[in-house]
Amino acid sequence: MENRSFVQRLIARPEFGPLVLLVVELAVFWGINPDFLSPQNISNILAFTVELGLIALAMTLLMTSGEFDLSVGSLFGFSPVLMWTLYNSGVTSLEVGLLIALIVAALIGLVNGWFVTQLKIPSFLVTLGMLLVVRGTALFITDGFPQRTWSAEGSWLANILVGDFYVGPFRIYASLFWFIGAAIVLGYVLTQSRTGNWIQAAGGNPNAARARGVNVNRVKVGLFVLSAVMASLAGVISSLRTSAANPNSGTGYELEVIAMVVIGGTALTGGRGTIIGTVLGILILRVMRNGIVLIGVPGLAYNIFIGAIILGMMALHSWLERRHQAGT
Amino acid sequence: MAEPLIRMANIRKSYGRVQALVDANFHVNEKEIVGLLGDNGAGKSTLIKVLSGAVPLTSGDIFVRGKKVNFRSTSDAIAEGIETIYQDSALVTQLSIARNLFLGREPIKPPRFLNRMDQEAMNAVARDLLRQVGITKNIPPTTPIGSLSGGERQAVAIARAMHFDSDLIILDEPTNNLGVAETQGVLSFVRSARDSGHSCIFIAHNIHHVFQVVDRIVVMRRGKVVADDIDPKKTTVAEVERVITGMSDKEIRDAISDGRDSHG
Repeated sequence: MENRSFVQRLIARPEFGPLVLLVVELAVFWGINPDFLSPQNISNILAFTVELGLIALAMTLLMTSGEFDLSVGSLFGFSPVLMWTLYNSGVTSLEVGLLIALIVAALIGLVNGWFVTQLKIPSFLVTLGMLLVVRGTALFITDGFPQRTWSAEGSWLANILVGDFYVGPFRIYASLFWFIGAAIVLGYVLTQSRTGNWIQAAGGNPNAARARGVNVNRVKVGLFVLSAVMASLAGVISSLRTSAANPNSGTGYELEVIAMVVIGGTALTGGRGTIIGTVLGILILRVMRNGIVLIGVPGLAYNIFIGAIILGMMALHSWLERRHQAGT
Repeated sequence: MAEPLIRMANIRKSYGRVQALVDANFHVNEKEIVGLLGDNGAGKSTLIKVLSGAVPLTSGDIFVRGKKVNFRSTSDAIAEGIETIYQDSALVTQLSIARNLFLGREPIKPPRFLNRMDQEAMNAVARDLLRQVGITKNIPPTTPIGSLSGGERQAVAIARAMHFDSDLIILDEPTNNLGVAETQGVLSFVRSARDSGHSCIFIAHNIHHVFQVVDRIVVMRRGKVVADDIDPKKTTVAEVERVITGMSDKEIRDAISDGRDSHG
């Protein structure tokens, strides 16, 4: 087994399928419309990519531990609304507003984790309930109207999170570095750290992990908190960048994020996860959304392609998994 | 006589009105392989679950080297050197051999705040251990458990118990679903565990496997230990079967022909 060639090992990796798909996608879009790889378009793709990407990175760890979180889309909408409401009503500064929004998100994650680990309710039901509670709260406190956001211009917080600058012709947002940083840290946690071993064991065989003294519940609760905080941070970043805080924003993101994670090769059933795969999965979906518009396919057809990609990638992963189990 | 490694005295365990264990007395000496036998529902599993901390006892005492212990969880039992290897639940199939061996006790590379596993050290130990339990095939320690055979998985679990200096290794049906060669492999892992100073409790449906490897046979029936000093060298499989069922030869024959009559 140790003397397999480099190519064989590369092909056997779960990230290989998504990598090929991404390259094909880029080549096709570029071939049809050379503007696809223009600096302006690349900047556009990257700007929004990192916001959903932050959620997907945290979701990768959570799904590896055998759970998932449907409430991330509603937190994406709720947190900026909370921050701006606090700020606009003069209760707190913008910074304190952000801090409160993150703490509230952490508490929501804690509640999700508590229901799942202590009451043993499947995460699908718990986080579905939480999705409705959080979205409902956002709509209720705003009467369904977007919040005023004009005064963020020039604040140091906005600069740190979404300040933009040009590298040559590319417009880069600071959020890109937050995303790269988060990917490196979470990739390290998952593959190198002891916590990563526990996360994989918690998803792969929780009873075996418990028998070895791993606190499976604490691992899962921690990851629910991480997922909620990342969704909240992503919502705030998006709101600062677009100068908007709409209580409806983020609707449907939970499913898009889960799609990104599974396309990348993380198992929905837990036990196996890959941050590199998730980064590829994020790019695959964002490039697809951007590319089909550029080559003239009606935007409404987007979901057809996404659905097809999910089905195709799942078929590929399951085939690789069976080969793997057979020991070839 | 010296105090045994493990002594369980007057153990009772009831689930509601069902009495799973009724004043069971059981002991394991140092460096001894004990075969625990009994029909389905005789109380073997419950006794083992109590000893491994998986379920609390209703009444009775457990002593480890004469010291009274109180197990509230499996980690308590592991801390006292009692390691239970269940057939399917012991390992995480997605993780590598080395990562399974050290699960929950991963060595950390300095600086500690980085929480980074020392994977080279883990792999080196894993390689050694696999050789020690007698796996001669060249299996890299980074191989996921999912691609190992049933016997190799048992070997990894046994190796883990040996490495962490468990005094008592409990094997629950380790030879189920294994082929002949694999079974012989597992039996030899058990012998090598004893030879390096560990005690074992060996539970198996197949009495022939038990006979091949144990020093002493203990038989349970209806929640009680009915025989605890059977020497496998001085008895026969048929004799032990009679103790397990609690029936004489004639009763066994009658039971079989009764079954035939009712079907006929």
